Amino acid sequence: MADVFRVLAQIGTTITVLLVLAALLIWAERRLLGLWQDRLGPNRVGPFGILQSVADMIKIFFKEDWVPPFAEKPVFIFAPCVVVITMLMALAVVPFTPTLAIVDLNVGLLFFLAMSALAAYSTILAGWSSNNKYSLLGGMRSAAQMISYDVFMGLSLMGVVMLAGSFNLREIVLAQQGLWYIVPQFLGFLVFLVAGLAESHRLPFDLPEAEHEIIAGFHTEYSGMKFGLFFVGEYLGVLLIAAITVILFLGGWQGPWLPPFVWFVLKTALLVAFIILLRAALPRPRFDQLMSIGWKLMLPLALLNLMITGAVALAGGL
Amino acid sequence: MDQRIGIEQELLNRFEGEPLLSQKTADQIPTLWLPRDRLLDVLRFLKLEIEGPFLCLYDLFGIDERRRAHREGQPEADYALVYHLLSYDRNQDLRLKVALSEDDLGLPSITSLWPAAAWYECEAWDMFGIEFRGHPHLRRILTPPTWEGHPLRKDHPARATELPPFRLPSERQEKEQEALRFDPAYWGMARHGDNTDFMFLNLGPNHPSVHGVFRIILQLDGEEIVDCVPEIGFHHRAAEKMGERQSWHSFIPYTDRIDYLGGVMNNLPYVLAVEKLAGIQVPERVKCIRVMLSELFRIASHLVFYGTFSQDVGQLSPIFYMFIDREKLFGIIEAITGARMHPGWFRIGGVAQDLPRGWERMVREFIDYLPARLDQYEKMVMDNGLLKQRTVGIGTYSTAEAIEWGVTGPGLRATGLDWDWRKHRPYSGYENYDFEVCTAANGDCYDRCRVRVDEIRQSLRIIRQCLEHMPEGPYKADHPLTTPPPKERTMEDIETLIDHFLGVSWGPVIPPGEASVGVEATKGNNSYHLISDGDTVSYRTRIRTPSFAHLQMIPLISRGLMVSDLIAIIASIDFVMADVDR
Repeated sequence: MADVFRVLAQIGTTITVLLVLAALLIWAERRLLGLWQDRLGPNRVGPFGILQSVADMIKIFFKEDWVPPFAEKPVFIFAPCVVVITMLMALAVVPFTPTLAIVDLNVGLLFFLAMSALAAYSTILAGWSSNNKYSLLGGMRSAAQMISYDVFMGLSLMGVVMLAGSFNLREIVLAQQGLWYIVPQFLGFLVFLVAGLAESHRLPFDLPEAEHEIIAGFHTEYSGMKFGLFFVGEYLGVLLIAAITVILFLGGWQGPWLPPFVWFVLKTALLVAFIILLRAALPRPRFDQLMSIGWKLMLPLALLNLMITGAVALAGGL
Repeated sequence: MDQRIGIEQELLNRFEGEPLLSQKTADQIPTLWLPRDRLLDVLRFLKLEIEGPFLCLYDLFGIDERRRAHREGQPEADYALVYHLLSYDRNQDLRLKVALSEDDLGLPSITSLWPAAAWYECEAWDMFGIEFRGHPHLRRILTPPTWEGHPLRKDHPARATELPPFRLPSERQEKEQEALRFDPAYWGMARHGDNTDFMFLNLGPNHPSVHGVFRIILQLDGEEIVDCVPEIGFHHRAAEKMGERQSWHSFIPYTDRIDYLGGVMNNLPYVLAVEKLAGIQVPERVKCIRVMLSELFRIASHLVFYGTFSQDVGQLSPIFYMFIDREKLFGIIEAITGARMHPGWFRIGGVAQDLPRGWERMVREFIDYLPARLDQYEKMVMDNGLLKQRTVGIGTYSTAEAIEWGVTGPGLRATGLDWDWRKHRPYSGYENYDFEVCTAANGDCYDRCRVRVDEIRQSLRIIRQCLEHMPEGPYKADHPLTTPPPKERTMEDIETLIDHFLGVSWGPVIPPGEASVGVEATKGNNSYHLISDGDTVSYRTRIRTPSFAHLQMIPLISRGLMVSDLIAIIASIDFVMADVDR
């Protein structure tokens, strides 16, 4: 019984911490963008504006919970929940330190892939159920993007699995004690990062929302907390991609002097900042260009990486 | 004027025995009255048969002649229609007029000769009720489809207070809303293809990337644009009608708000046209100040373009950097004129004040500061691979197409035609400056941006010359029609005092006549055609804006592309809706 409570408490704490982190991330992104774009960003609520997300959260909670009359009501409400649930589920298998993880799953990596693929339903369903042409275009873009980028996201990770000989994320980290996988798996790292950005549809892969073209796309019709869920879901996605990248390629919690958790947070934060920097720097490719980058460049790269790793593994008898 | 005799003589030779009547105008542009039934023949001759053809339909507009007192030497007419043609080969304008009587307000449409006439003819129909036979879609274009009356007729009220109070009962609201519904059948668009259903997407009037209130209806096959219909008029503020109500002097601030990014650049063609009518020669210092301010505003406008262009293809940061530069620029403009975006600072016969003490330092600091920033933007935006992918080869048109559709300014130069009004028709002393006309080769989105970016540097060059060679002298012409007139002698003799009093209270009386002056504005050629009937207000103010012509061309260059490309095209055209709708 005590065990159950302990697990429940751990889940509760983790979820709270993650949600707070996602909210903090929104603030951090806005401040960083402000810094890089020669402006201030939110700096009024609390010290350095750190409570801005709290203020936004309070505001968004008190908004009218409105469903447009022409929308497909049950699906419309269900769609934003999907992204948050799948993202939180995927984060459950992430080992923050050798001991701190909700579950230590044998097939952790596969579980992560499955969950992040499921998250695509969120945007597709939202786009379809909104009954709005812009949303539909967004949903369609999202579907096409997810399908093509999911393929090589999985492939790009197989090299890591071969080297570590496990799907268990904790064991993958432990296998990197001598050498971080970013070195032998540099191609895989690149491909995974690109695919991860596409999965969390961040610029330059934010075509499903592309406010300059299809006006927020799949979530055009959303407001209030349902919109808030998409927002939180997106930032959880960024956290997830950064965390998984750290685990698979950057040696997870490992590092000298500092405690493991601090190392993990540091590495993740750096990656997150890099993702935000990309948003500040890059324009957005066109839809068909994105597809051709995916199929004509990324997929062959992932396959090449897989073949080289396989050949080396065979020759070296790993 | 040899050329004037040239083209008029050519026409008279070709159409011998026809009643072609020549009219004298203050701007020396050859002006001929044609009989209505020979209109198409003459235009066809001018466009297709003559050597050095007039390929560009520069402007087309109506005049309500019914209340005009001074019509010496002009044929009887209740309404007149003006066709302003332009030949780049000859560097020559030609104005053709057709007289119409009230009970037969119709004439053949020239859309078969110039597809670009479509919008202009709609506008003339909308504003004057002149019917164009054979026009494919003659409709209201600037006013809403439910509008009653034709606003630019002299008997149409100019103020809301002349109308009964506005009411919006629900049936009227429904009628207005229904009128906005898009009907594909009217435009001959199919709802279904061979094996696909088309989606009709209403982009605008409130869309983040249409730069104002511009509506464009897309016929989509997936994300591919099959066809589209641009709709304008949401920003119509009856500037031309206001021109007939405001005094010559008090209309100046209205011009600022036509191309609202161009600031005093808008004042320039207006005051130049008034000065032409009044016969005012302005001092050298005035010319130089005007050029400097105009070029500062060209930079401001191009910076906004540069930033929004990159933003519309998804690059979020450059616009912030460019707006910072623009703020610095506005600091200078504010120091000189007292206002930022809309100074309304040029005056008939001069400028409002002399330059303030210390202006040299501010201007010098800015022109020393900007080039390094431009180098950074070059790397950030123009050299960016993704941006090139999005814009190179997108929205391409040739020089011939550009001329045919009345494209002017950077959009024309991007096709490789070396043509700049500042070089080929120098005004306000531009002939004294050393600068290059920037051109590109392909006429695509990227090149349109390229030309504007290069122009910023040329503008800096011109400003530096202004700075180094600013002439001494008065900032106002010594002429009775200068407004407000020079005041020094008013307290010494009664005549000057009376002149001054009348000029300030009623405004100047400009001698009767017609003049049009075009300038190389930020977005293309902006010209004012003014008709004075010897009054304190203009009889007709025609504002020819570049963006109007540019928007009409969108369907031609966006068919077969994707929605994202359309956004890039819209961004590259660089328009503001006030400049389109006036």
